[in-house]
This record gives sequence, structure tokens and C-alpha cells, in this order.
Amino acid sequence: MNRLHIAMESTTLANGLKVVIAPDASAPVVTVGVYYKIGFRLEPRGRSGFAHLFEHMMFQGSANAPKMQHIKLINSSGGVLNGSTHYDVTNYFESVPSNALERVLWLEADRMRALKVDDENLRNQRDVVKEEVRVNVMNQPYGGFPWLDLPPIAFRNWANAHNFYGDFADLDAADLSDVQAFFKTYYVPNNAVLLVLGDVKAEEGVALARKHFGDIPAGAAPPFADPGEPEQNEERRGDVEEKFGTLPAMAIGYTVPQRRTVDWCAMALLDQALHGGRAGRTYRELVLEKQIAVEAEGGIDDFFGYNGPTQMVTRILHKPEYSSEQTLTAFDAVIREVQDSGISEDELQQLKVKWRSDYFSTLEGGRGGMPRYGLMHVLACFTLFDNEPQLVNTILDGFHAVKREEIQGVARKYLRPEKRAIVFRRPVGAREAA
Amino acid sequence: MASRVAEVRNEVPGLSAERPVTWPKRTKACLANGLEIVLAESHAIPKFHGELFFRSGNAAALDRGPGLAEMTATVVRTGTAKRASRQIEEDLRRMGADLSSSAGADTSAIAFAGLSELAEPLLGLVNELAREASLPEAEFERERRQKLEEVKLERTQPGFLASERLRKVLFGPHPYAQVSPSAEQVAAYKRDDLAQVYREFYTPENAMLLLVGDFDSSAMLQTIEKVFGEWTGKKPAARESPAPARPHGRRVHLVHVPGAVQTQILAGCHAITRKHPDWVKLGLTNSLYGGAFNSRLVMNIREDKGYTYSPRSGVHALRQHGYFSVSAAVRNNVVAASLTEIFYELDKLRALPVPEPELADARNYLSGVFSMGLATQDGLLTQLATVALNELPDDYLETYREKVRALTPADLLATARTYFDSANMQIVAVGDRAQIEEQAKLFGDLAVYDAQGSVLQS
Repeated sequence: MNRLHIAMESTTLANGLKVVIAPDASAPVVTVGVYYKIGFRLEPRGRSGFAHLFEHMMFQGSANAPKMQHIKLINSSGGVLNGSTHYDVTNYFESVPSNALERVLWLEADRMRALKVDDENLRNQRDVVKEEVRVNVMNQPYGGFPWLDLPPIAFRNWANAHNFYGDFADLDAADLSDVQAFFKTYYVPNNAVLLVLGDVKAEEGVALARKHFGDIPAGAAPPFADPGEPEQNEERRGDVEEKFGTLPAMAIGYTVPQRRTVDWCAMALLDQALHGGRAGRTYRELVLEKQIAVEAEGGIDDFFGYNGPTQMVTRILHKPEYSSEQTLTAFDAVIREVQDSGISEDELQQLKVKWRSDYFSTLEGGRGGMPRYGLMHVLACFTLFDNEPQLVNTILDGFHAVKREEIQGVARKYLRPEKRAIVFRRPVGAREAA
Repeated sequence: MASRVAEVRNEVPGLSAERPVTWPKRTKACLANGLEIVLAESHAIPKFHGELFFRSGNAAALDRGPGLAEMTATVVRTGTAKRASRQIEEDLRRMGADLSSSAGADTSAIAFAGLSELAEPLLGLVNELAREASLPEAEFERERRQKLEEVKLERTQPGFLASERLRKVLFGPHPYAQVSPSAEQVAAYKRDDLAQVYREFYTPENAMLLLVGDFDSSAMLQTIEKVFGEWTGKKPAARESPAPARPHGRRVHLVHVPGAVQTQILAGCHAITRKHPDWVKLGLTNSLYGGAFNSRLVMNIREDKGYTYSPRSGVHALRQHGYFSVSAAVRNNVVAASLTEIFYELDKLRALPVPEPELADARNYLSGVFSMGLATQDGLLTQLATVALNELPDDYLETYREKVRALTPADLLATARTYFDSANMQIVAVGDRAQIEEQAKLFGDLAVYDAQGSVLQS
């Protein structure tokens, strides 16, 4: 079997900043990432959407790089940059020609050391974020479906259940003291990992990390609210109105097993069996065979990138001539089939090959023109969650070891009605089919 | 302001010496049956990406039905003489592969990626789809019903409605005006029409196979010869349509979406194709205007004024014609203010030379991003496809950055004056008429449509 080995060097600086260098000189390009272990799950109550708004503020100026300078310095070096907020981490990343590596590290260190923003910047980015929410959610058919719709129905702990993009009233309530407090609490070197991937030598990368980040003082260990959920013993359902779309939709979410367990590995392959494109059982049954649905897809989103309760979600858009219950009954038959009959050895082998192939693509995959984004993301999460970046080279073993009966076992244990949540998103004014 | 330390460094580190780019090794070949081949090695992961292009798409099939090439491509993957739909999908999974088939205005394509160790069986399946697709009647009917729902759904997306309207107003009677079929047109598709398109378009003389990935090129060429060598078929007759008249005078085309909480602005004018000698100049001018985060438009209407999240501009090249466009989704009460800034920045580039330091930044940006696009297998594939399908020179990749770096403020001024045709820009605004009509009509004669394309006011 063809394997992939990622060479890397990792260390922790005296201030607690973790550093991972993954050299690969095949192109004169380097990707730098700084990941902070704070995401929208743990943003303050009364400040929904704040982790994401704060991410925007990180581009608004630091002590020695005022607003627009950060972006200008990266773009004019021939590079691209971005940031994104996830459930449990927030990342900032750049890809540049490798001759700009030191400049990027200087910029990232400058904003880890001292953010410098004012009320005007905050007003500006609050407006920008509201347009982001409008363009992605409020003015789109099926906007936010189901990633914003399902958590309030599925979860009981506010950390998992609130509006991650933020209620506009909460965004309006956020002020500079919130920005300052959030920065001081979570944006400390001992709550972060720096990654340098590509055209860099290991010792050079570590030395540059030390030079630019070494004197940033550590902060107090950030407090983390427990994201745990009380045990769920009943099916949970909710409705969200669809303002623009023409088709009734639903999403079904099952909470997945604890990460890095045997059940978690089996669940990943079960997910592949249910959702792996047109070969997946859900698509095959609902779209190709019974022809009830127009779309039936889903899975465990960002599989390596979460560190708390998460769900495997199936998203279905169905033809109006079928009722929600008829559609759900057809979906339930797909689940029952795996629970009752398991999967064949031949199917299991297919799933494992596809899983391995997809994993390689995850590692190679770029994002917005940035090479090695995927590798960076997986390395960062294994470092922040497990303190074990080398997992990137061994994690596949657990999935290859999964047995047929383990897949049937997790189907029976986790895909139970009393363990799931369902959101129905029906077009405004549409009548339900009989 | 949040700050936790007194000691800071003030100096921005300079750039160290540039390291040379190693251009990917490419192999070009042509089989006796006319199939053109481009291979490039990229060994980062034990996989490969490929695309089999046919140089005919929806434009060439328009007289038989809008979107017919796309529908044909959709049905191609659903059955062959040897394999039924379910078998195809399971075999793909068995090979760790992904595959999609689609058609644009100018090409039809089968795109795929899979594990290097299973390259030959995957190419075998691609060959089967290209030569022996059976277009099963039942699969065709199912895909057609599916498409009917999809074409209804896309009329609820502001981005789709904007680009559809812009293409209509820019290209009028030309096939490029048609981006998607209506429900009635989909209902009129016939399997025989698909079969005719398939026979005509999917031939080796009309095709080009590109592969990028972890393989040895000479061994891969032998595999390709073995798999595709027996395939035969002629190039279809070329179909060129007369050039469309360019719209004269600025006009506003409002697509009314009741209840929209935001307005999607899309403004555009005719530009050039990929083969045009001004392509690189226009690319740099666009990058400086609205093609980069650091561009003038983004800094103005996002970072300064906060009107929008994702303003951008771009140059879109089709085979016979190209167009320039600028887009922004803005809140309803700043539609006029946003358009004012959009045109202010266009006209400023037409009026004043770009300061040399700003130009130097933009040149660096464009050449850096270009190299980065070559660093993944599918990124490299996209670049090689652009070169091959547009018949650009073999050294296009190697010389691109030199061309960018040679451009001067005078080049950009001339380019903006030629192609940023602000006096004749067509403005599309998708939003709630009651909220935006007064603002929109300040910018030109107004026509109003509904989401189905019916004229409400002309």
C-alpha cells in the first residue's frame, strides 16, 4: 500500500508557543499559519459571533503594522492571506514566495504581541461582518442550512447551541473592551501553534520562530468552559422557514463518538458508506433509486478539526410531491439497512481505499490559492488538541484496522432516533404534500 | 487597544533573494487517432489529477437545445456498454477516485483524480465513458427531472441571477448569452439529441487529455497509448457565431427579488480573450483595481466604507470573446454610494497613471500568486489546461512573470482606457425593487425584470 510520510520538526518555545516546521523544497513557496485554540464554541455569552468578529479585527492593525499595512505587505510580497474561525480554533495564514518568510513571521508576531485597533476599525468590520452574514445566510436560499440551524435544536450547552455568526444585537453590543479582553485571554503564545510549511529548512524555521516570537510573554492559561453535553435520550426536532428556496429540505444530525477512539474510526468509514458521493448509500437510495430527493449529501464536516461535540449531518432537498415524513422514512430505511445487515467485505475495502485517497487529498489540498492549507490545518489541530503533530503520519492506521462488525456496531449504537436532531426547512407558503 | 508588552521591533524585514522556480517537467504528445496529450509530474502525494477535454460545449449545441452539452455530460457518467450506473460509482470508490463530467460554453470535460497505483483502471473507465457511454433511457429521464428542480432552484440565487442577466445584455444573440436553460427547454430535451451531441463531440480528434501527478511520464504515455489507442473519431465542424454588437451607453438592469435584504451588484463590459496580446496587461490592471485583497476597490468599499464583504473584479475569457466585470453584494441603502465608488475607481485608473510603488506591489502580487497556483496537482492542471486549450506558447508559464514585471504606468493607463469602458458598462442589480430602484436609475436608463426573466419595465 502506498503511504505518505510528512517530514517535520516540532518544538515548544519557553513562552509556550508550539512550533511545527514541515520542510518541502519542491517549490519556492512557503505557507505560514498561526492557530489559536479558541473558536466560536467558547466565545463569551451575550457576545454571539464575537470569535469571528474578532478574527476580522486581527487584520485591522498591530503595533508596528497599522490597518491595511498587514494586507499590503503580504500582497506586495507576492503572497495571499486569510483567516477563518472554526468551532475550536481560529487560524491566520499566508502563502508567500519563500523569500518573504521572515516578513510574514514578523507580521504574525507583531499582532500576537500587540493588537492596535480603534472604534472606527470596529465599526467598519462590524458593517463588513453584517454584509458577510447577509450574503452567506440572510439573502441566500438555504443560507446557513444546516450549519446554523441544527446546533440550537441538537444541543443544550450554550457553547454548542448558539448562533456562531452572531445575532446582530450581540455584534452591535461588542465594544473595544471586549476586543481587548478576548485578545488578552486567548491570544497568548501558550494558547497557539505556529506552522511553517514548504520551502524552509527545519533549523532555519525554528531559529526564525525563536527570533520573532521568543520574547512575547506567556499569558495565564486561558479558561475553557466545558463544552460537554448532557446525555440525549429523545429525538429533537425543529423548524426553520425557507424564504427563497423552492424545495422542502431537512437535515438529520447524529452526535459522533469521542475523537481518537475505535468507534470514531468506524464512524468515519460509516460516514463514507452513507455519504461518499454518488456511491454513498444515502444518495444512491434517495436520489438515484427512489428518486425522492434532489440532493442528499453530508458527513462529518472538518473531520480532524473539532474538539468537542459534533455531528454527522445528512442534508436533503426533496421533491415537493413527497412529504417530509415520507422522505424521512426513506432515509430511515437506509440507516436500518446498515444496522440490520452491516456492510460487505467488498464494500469495506472500497471505503478504506477511498478514505486513504481522500486523506492524501486533504493534506495536499490548497485553499484560495494557498498550497498545503490542508496539511497545515491537520498538523495544527493534532498539535493543539493532542500535542502530537506526528499523528499526521500514523492516524490512517486506525481507519485501516476497522472491521465490518465495528461499522455495524456504531450504526446501532449512535444512529438511534433518540440520539439525533432534525431540522425541517420548508419554503414559505408551501403546502406539505399529503 | 490591546497590548501586553513594551518592547517592539519597528523594522519590517526586507525580502531575501528570490529562489528560482523549478518549472514542472511537461511532456506533450499526440496519438495517431488525434488525441492530444499533456503530462506533468508532481510527486507531493501518491495521486494524480486528470481531465479529458472536448473542444465543443453548450455554444456548439445551442441550436439543438440550450444546455444540451451539459445534459449530455451529466448522463455520460450513468452507464456504458459494460457497466451500469451503480457499478461505475462503486468502481470509482474501489479505485479511490473522484470523477465529474460537465460542459461549459466552449468545452465538455471528464475530470478525475485517483491513486497513482490504480491509474490504469481509472483511465480505462474514462476511456469507456468517452467511447461507449450508453446514455441509458431511464438515467436520462431521471437526470432530466433532477435538472428541472435545479434550474428552478438556481433562479433563487442572487449570484446566478446577476451573472445570467449580465451575459444576456453583453452577448445578445450570441450563444454566450445563454448560461442556463429554462424549465421548458429542459423538458424538451430528447435522448436522441444527447446521443447526437455525444457522437459528434466525444471524439479523439476533438479531445485533449491532461494528467498531472505522481507518475513516470514515459510509462504513463505507454499506458495512455494502450488505453486510448484504439479510439477513433473525427473533429466536428467548427461553429462560429457572428460577433455580438457591444451595448452602447450605460444602462441599469434591475432583477426584482421581493424581500431581498441585500443587493447583488454586477457591472461589466466586453473585453478580450486569453489569446489577446493585452491579456497580461489587463490582468495586472484588474488586479490593481479589484482583483486582490490589497486592491483599490476592496480598500475603498470594504476596508474604508464597510459597504460589502466581498467586492471583486475579474476578466472572464471565453473562446471567442471575453468580458470584464466587477461585483459586490451591498446593503440596500448604499447601492448608489457603492456604484459611485465602483465607477470612481474605474475612472481614476482611466485618468491618472498608477504611481510606480503601487504598480511594483501589484506586479509582485501577480507574479507571486501565479507561481503559487502551480504548487498543487489540480492548480497545475488548471494552468496547463488554460495554456493548451487556448493554444498559448509552450513557454507561457516560464515567461509570464517576465511579462508582468515589464509593465509600466503608461501600459496600465492605456489598458484601463481601452478596456475599463465605464461609459458603456452594463449594470445589473439584483434586489428588492422598492428599496433600490430610485438609487439604481441614477446610473442609466432602467429596465426591470423578475427572477424568471420576464420584463416588468423596459
